[in-house]
Amino acid sequence: MLEIKDLHVKFHNRSREAVAGISLTIQDGEILGLVGESGSGKSVTAMSVAGLLPRRQCSYSGQILLDGTDLLHLPRALLRARQGKEIGVVFQEPMSAMDPLMKVGAQVEETLLLHAKELTAAQRREKAIQALADVELPDPEGVYNKYPHELSGGMLQRAMIAAAIVTRPRLLLLDEPTTALDVTIQAQILELLKKLNREYGMSMLFISHNLRVVQKLCSHVAVMQRGQLVEEGLTDAIMQAPQQEYTRRLIAAIPTRNRPMARREDGCD
Amino acid sequence: MRYTVKKLTAFLFTMVVVSLLTFIAFDLISGDPAQAMLGTEATPEKLAALREQLGLNQPLLVRYGQWLAGFFTGNLGTSYNYNLPVGQLIAPKLGLTLCLSFLAFALTVIVSIPLSMWSARRAGGRADALFTALNQFFMAVPPFFTGLLFTWVFSLTLGWFVHGKFPGFDQDVPGSLWYLLFPAMALALPRIAMTVRMLRSTILSEMNKDYVRTAISRGNDWNMVLRRHVLKNSLVPVVTFLAQTMAEIVAGSIVVEQVFAVPGLGRLLMASISNRDYPVVQVIVVILALWVVLAGTLADVINRRIDPRLNLGGDAQ
Amino acid sequence: MKKRMNRSPYLTAGLILTGVMAALILLGFFWTPYDPTAISGSAKFSAPSFAHLMGTDNFGRDIFSRVLKGAGTTAVIALSTVLLGGGVGVLVGALTGYFGGIVDEVLMRLNDALNAFPSVLLALVIVSVLGSGKYNVIIALAIVFVPSFARVSRTAFAALRDANYVKSARLMGASPLRILAVQILPNTLHVLLPAFTIGFNNAVLAEASMSYLGIGVKPPDASLGYMLSESQSMLSAAPWYALCTGMTIVLLIFGVGLIGEGMNRQNKGVG
Repeated sequence: MLEIKDLHVKFHNRSREAVAGISLTIQDGEILGLVGESGSGKSVTAMSVAGLLPRRQCSYSGQILLDGTDLLHLPRALLRARQGKEIGVVFQEPMSAMDPLMKVGAQVEETLLLHAKELTAAQRREKAIQALADVELPDPEGVYNKYPHELSGGMLQRAMIAAAIVTRPRLLLLDEPTTALDVTIQAQILELLKKLNREYGMSMLFISHNLRVVQKLCSHVAVMQRGQLVEEGLTDAIMQAPQQEYTRRLIAAIPTRNRPMARREDGCD
Repeated sequence: MRYTVKKLTAFLFTMVVVSLLTFIAFDLISGDPAQAMLGTEATPEKLAALREQLGLNQPLLVRYGQWLAGFFTGNLGTSYNYNLPVGQLIAPKLGLTLCLSFLAFALTVIVSIPLSMWSARRAGGRADALFTALNQFFMAVPPFFTGLLFTWVFSLTLGWFVHGKFPGFDQDVPGSLWYLLFPAMALALPRIAMTVRMLRSTILSEMNKDYVRTAISRGNDWNMVLRRHVLKNSLVPVVTFLAQTMAEIVAGSIVVEQVFAVPGLGRLLMASISNRDYPVVQVIVVILALWVVLAGTLADVINRRIDPRLNLGGDAQ
Repeated sequence: MKKRMNRSPYLTAGLILTGVMAALILLGFFWTPYDPTAISGSAKFSAPSFAHLMGTDNFGRDIFSRVLKGAGTTAVIALSTVLLGGGVGVLVGALTGYFGGIVDEVLMRLNDALNAFPSVLLALVIVSVLGSGKYNVIIALAIVFVPSFARVSRTAFAALRDANYVKSARLMGASPLRILAVQILPNTLHVLLPAFTIGFNNAVLAEASMSYLGIGVKPPDASLGYMLSESQSMLSAAPWYALCTGMTIVLLIFGVGLIGEGMNRQNKGVG
C-alpha cells in the first residue's frame, strides 16, 4: 500500500543527508514502527510521506508510492488533495499542534471541509462527533464545542487522532504521539490505536525513539540510524533475535522493572 | 464578570486622574476667570459678585466635583471667548472630528490587513528589502507634511478639492466626505506603515508555529492557512495596536485640521489655547482623552472575545 | 548569548543617513551658507539652484541655511527630551520592575492613566501651563515620554529579576544598585536602545507638530515646524519651501528609524 523506494533527502544547510537511501513497505492493515534516536532521520522520513517536506530547502530523490502514485514528486496541488484525505497525521504536542483559537470540533471537521465538500454542515458535525466518540472521548458533543486549552493533554491527543481519522485515510502517520503524555495515558492511547487498526484496518506508520512503546503496538518495526535503515522486520522476531549490533544496543537500553542495569538481552516486564 | 468590573474600575480611575489633572492644570493658569470675562468692565464689586456667582470661592475639589458633574448634566461651563455654553460650541465640531478620525481609522484597517498578508507571503524574497525600506520611509512622514503635500498636489495643482473651503455636512454631505478624505489619508499614511510592519511580523512569527504545520498536513494551501488560522491568531496584539492607532489619529487630527482648515475640535482647541479660553480647553482635552481610553477598553474587550484564553489569567500582552 | 550575525544592512544604512544629517547639523551650528535671517529683496521666491540649495522664501532668505538651523533645534530638543524623559523613565521602570510590590502597582496604574493622553495632547496641556519656548517644550515632552519608557524598562527589568546570574549576584552580597547597573542593565539594552530610537522619532514629530501649531519653539529660535506653517501660505509661489523643510524632517526620522529597525533585526538574528 505504501512503498518508500530509495528515499534520499538532504537539506541545503547541512553537510550530510538526513535520509540516505531508505526503502520500506507498509501493507494494508499493518502497523510499522520507525525507531531511531535523534538525528536518525525518522522524522524527516515521516514528513516526506506526509507531504510536509519543505521542497525549496532540500534536495530529494527516490519514490514514495501510495497505492502506486509517487507522492514525492507530485505537484503541490495534487498532493494537497491527498493530504488529510488519504494520509492523516498526528503530531507530538497536541497543545501546540492545534489552533488555539479554533474550537476542537471545527478542527476535527477541517479535513471534511476540504475534501468532502458535498457534505452539509450538519453532516460534517455528525461525522466529527462520531469520530470523537470513536476515539473514546466520554462527552463527544461537549468536546466538540470546547477550545484546545480547555482539554487535558490526553484528551486533546485523542481529538487530534479523531481529526486525522475522520476521513478514513489509507494511512495514519503518527510522529511520537505519546512522547509528551503521561505513562498511563500513553498506554490508553496505544490501546486506542490498536483498536482503530483492528476495526477499520487502518495502516499506520508510527515514529518513536521508544522501543518499548513500539513493541506494544507495532506488528513490524524498522530501525534507523544516521539516515540509514539498520534493520527491519516483524517486531517479535527482531526483539527476540536482533541481527544488528545497533539494534541490540537499543534493546538493551530499554529500562525494565527487573533489572536496574542494562544487560545484553531483553527481559520481560 | 469579575474582569468587567476590574476593567470598569480601571477605566473610571483613569478618567478621574485625567480629568483631575486637566482641571488642576488649567485652574493653575487660569488666573481670574471673572477678570477674563468682565475684561475692561471690571470693578471690584462686579468681580466679587461674578466670583460668587461662578462659585469661584469654593475649595478646589468642590469646584472639580461640580465641573465633573457638569459632564453628566450637560453643563460644561461657558466659553470666555464666545460667551456660549461650551457644550453648544463643541457639539458640531465633535462630530466632525469623530468623522475624520473614523475615516482615517477605516482607511488604516482596510489597507493594512491585505497589505500585511501580501507582504508576509513574500517575506525573505528580493522585494522584501525594498518593501521594508519603503515601510520605514512612510513611517517617517509626519501627517502635517503629507497634508501640505496633498494640498499642493491635489488642490493647488490638480484642483480636486478647494483647500480652505470645507462645505460642511449641513450643506453638502458627499462633498464634505470627499474633502475629509484628504486629511484622512494624510493621517492614515504613517499609521498604515506602522500597522503593516506590526501585523506582518506577527503573521510571520505565527507562521512558524506548529498548528500551521498541522493545517498544511490536512490539505490547506497557504492562503487558506492565512485566512483560516493565522490571521485570527495574529489579531490580538494588532487590536491593541489599533487602539493606540486611534489615539494617535486623534492627536494627529489636531494638527491636520489646521493644515486643511477643517472646523473641527482640533481647530477649536488651538484657537481656545491662544485665546486663553480655558473652560473650552479643559472640556476638549477630557473628551479627547475619554475617546482614547474608550478605544483602549474596547480593544481589550474585543481581544477577550477573540482569544478565550485571556479570560483565564490577566491581561493580554 | 546570541550569535551575532553580520551587521544588519538597515543598521548600516541608518547609521550612514543619520551620520550625514548629524554632520550637517553640527556644521550648521558654526556655519551656514547664508545668514538665516538675512533678507534679500532681489532673491525672493527663487527655486532651488546652486546658489541657494533649497531656494529662498518670501523674504529672500536662504532656505537651506534656515533648515540647517531648524534641524539643529529640532534635533537638540528631541535628543534632550529623550535623554531626560528616557533616563527618568528607565530609572523608574528599573526600580519598580526590580523591587515590585505596592509601589509597582500604583505607579503602573498611574502610568496607564498618563498614557491615556495622546502625547501631543499632554504636551499641549503642559506647555499651556508653562508657556512656550525651547526649554518648556523639552520639559513638557520629557514628562510625556516618561510613562512609555518606564513601561518598557519595567517589563525588561522585571523579566530579568529572577535570572540565575542575578540571583547569584544577590547571594554574593552585591548591592541592588550594583546588580541593576552591572548585571541587568547591559542585558536590557537590546530592548531599550530601539525604544530610544522610537522615542527620538516621536519627539521630533511632537516638537515639529507643536511648533507648527505655534505653541512650541517660536522665533527667533529656528524650528522646522514653524517654517512648515510659514510655507503653507506660499505653497503655490514656493512649493520647494514646504517640500525641502518637510523632507528634512522625514530624513531625520527615517535615518533613526532605520537604526531602530536594524537593531531589532540584529536581535532576532534576521539581518
